[in-house]
Amino acid sequence: MSVKVTLPTALARHTDGQKTFSSDARNLPGLLAEFDAKFPALAQNVKDDSGNLRKFINVYVNDEDIRFLGGDTHQFEDGDEVMLIPSIAGGRCGQRRFLTLPYDESLLEGC
Amino acid sequence: MSVVESACLTRYELRCNECGKSYGNRPQSACDDCLAPLEVHYDLESVRGRFTRESVAAGPANIWRYKELLPIPAGFQPDLPVGFTPLVRAKRLGERIGSNNLFVKNDSVCFPTLSFKDRVVSIALANAQAFGFDVVGCSSTGNLANSVAAQAARLGLKACILVPADLESAKILNTQVYGARLVRIDGNYDHVNRLCTLIADEYNWGFVNVNLRPYYAEGSKTVGYEIAEQLGWRLPDNVVCPMAGGSLIRKIKKAFDELVALGLVEAKPVKFFGAQATGCSPISTAVKNGRQEIEPQRPLTIARSLAIGNPADGPAAAKLIQSTGGYAEDVSDVEVVAGIQELAETEGIFTETAGGVTTAVTAKLIAQGRIGADELTVVCITGNGLKTTDALEGRFQAERSVKPRLAEFDAYLREVDGSLVNVSAAAAEDLALAGGRR
Repeated sequence: MSVKVTLPTALARHTDGQKTFSSDARNLPGLLAEFDAKFPALAQNVKDDSGNLRKFINVYVNDEDIRFLGGDTHQFEDGDEVMLIPSIAGGRCGQRRFLTLPYDESLLEGC
Repeated sequence: MSVVESACLTRYELRCNECGKSYGNRPQSACDDCLAPLEVHYDLESVRGRFTRESVAAGPANIWRYKELLPIPAGFQPDLPVGFTPLVRAKRLGERIGSNNLFVKNDSVCFPTLSFKDRVVSIALANAQAFGFDVVGCSSTGNLANSVAAQAARLGLKACILVPADLESAKILNTQVYGARLVRIDGNYDHVNRLCTLIADEYNWGFVNVNLRPYYAEGSKTVGYEIAEQLGWRLPDNVVCPMAGGSLIRKIKKAFDELVALGLVEAKPVKFFGAQATGCSPISTAVKNGRQEIEPQRPLTIARSLAIGNPADGPAAAKLIQSTGGYAEDVSDVEVVAGIQELAETEGIFTETAGGVTTAVTAKLIAQGRIGADELTVVCITGNGLKTTDALEGRFQAERSVKPRLAEFDAYLREVDGSLVNVSAAAAEDLALAGGRR
């Protein structure tokens, strides 16, 4: 059994730029455990101090919010697409074009 | 001092609300580390003494009179007279629902597209231009779509707007007429919003409520500045605010806090009350259960502009309401329509379904004793009824035509007087469900 996991660009920096990969996880806790093993930096990014998924991340299974499907108890099926998206998402610095004039340039450092 | 020079003097930047990490100014809405929302933070000291009651009064009669406390890039020349909508005493509505001190902040007449979204879009597009985006867009329940389309047209930007496929026809037409590309998505707003986050991740587009969201949201503060100024530079006792994503109510509070910090108004406790439709009430449900965590819902209500089942700022809105001693309530679709009619019949203000929600929730909160009769209460009406006439379908029938003779007119009046009385009686009965007085 395998599911396709999709990450937003902001999280792909922890997976060597991979935005999609296959997983054998059978449910969400299993997927997080797989992150621990394969992508520890990603696991640290998406989990809070208690080891739970951060409250600002939403998980979708085939377009449906996992909270409507039973959350942690929902069992993935072969071929499912599992998507992690920050609840307020969007924006990354690498591809953006900036006009530096309008802003104080010191505020753009590190961008 | 020119607009350009003065805009340069206010320092602001994005910071994470949770971990405090600074991001400068960029089109980004979530923290890289903890994924929490980013918010614009100002160096208020840089405007102290420069942002005063007098400086505001000397400004134009629109939101740009508050430019020192808005994230507008240097070089931006505001030219649309957005905002500064009427704050009207609502004596007749107050009599009907049990308040002696009721005011309506009437954004149903906001320029240019008749909703409070004109405020946020003007700030977002100023930043979109500064960041060099050629294409702007949004996920929308309608009002935002209208405003992005109109203001993008004026600025010469291309607009791509995504909406739920079942949106009211008036809101679709009011987007297409400006030449914007409108994409109807099979799904509810939450599906549309999720798609937009994916698009913003792939395309170099400026989505006003996705990657430009921190700047966009700041525009809502102008509702708070205006309420305080229009009350004679004082704060109300209560604010009743509709909630969709949960951003507006927070930004009104932020505006009040900034005015207090800069000495333009005296500090006082203000209670914030949130209004939702029962068919989409994730925030009011959380508040009523004493929680801040939001359980998402599948929206089913005629108040489509509030139909966000997974509100981005929901937890923060619930926390704010609880921390100010306010409350949140929700009302049925029948009460929503009654609220629309009551506001129209008592104050001459025709609001959309969201305004019906807010009016009916206000009646309910007064009936519950959560809002006192003599407390200065401001009800935020955020959109125009001409956009949601579907909600009143079948409510009013066209009467028969009358021959141009006085006798015919007299006969006609005798014939229809009863039915006119009945329409008002029906509305009063529906509002009574929400706690309004008969």
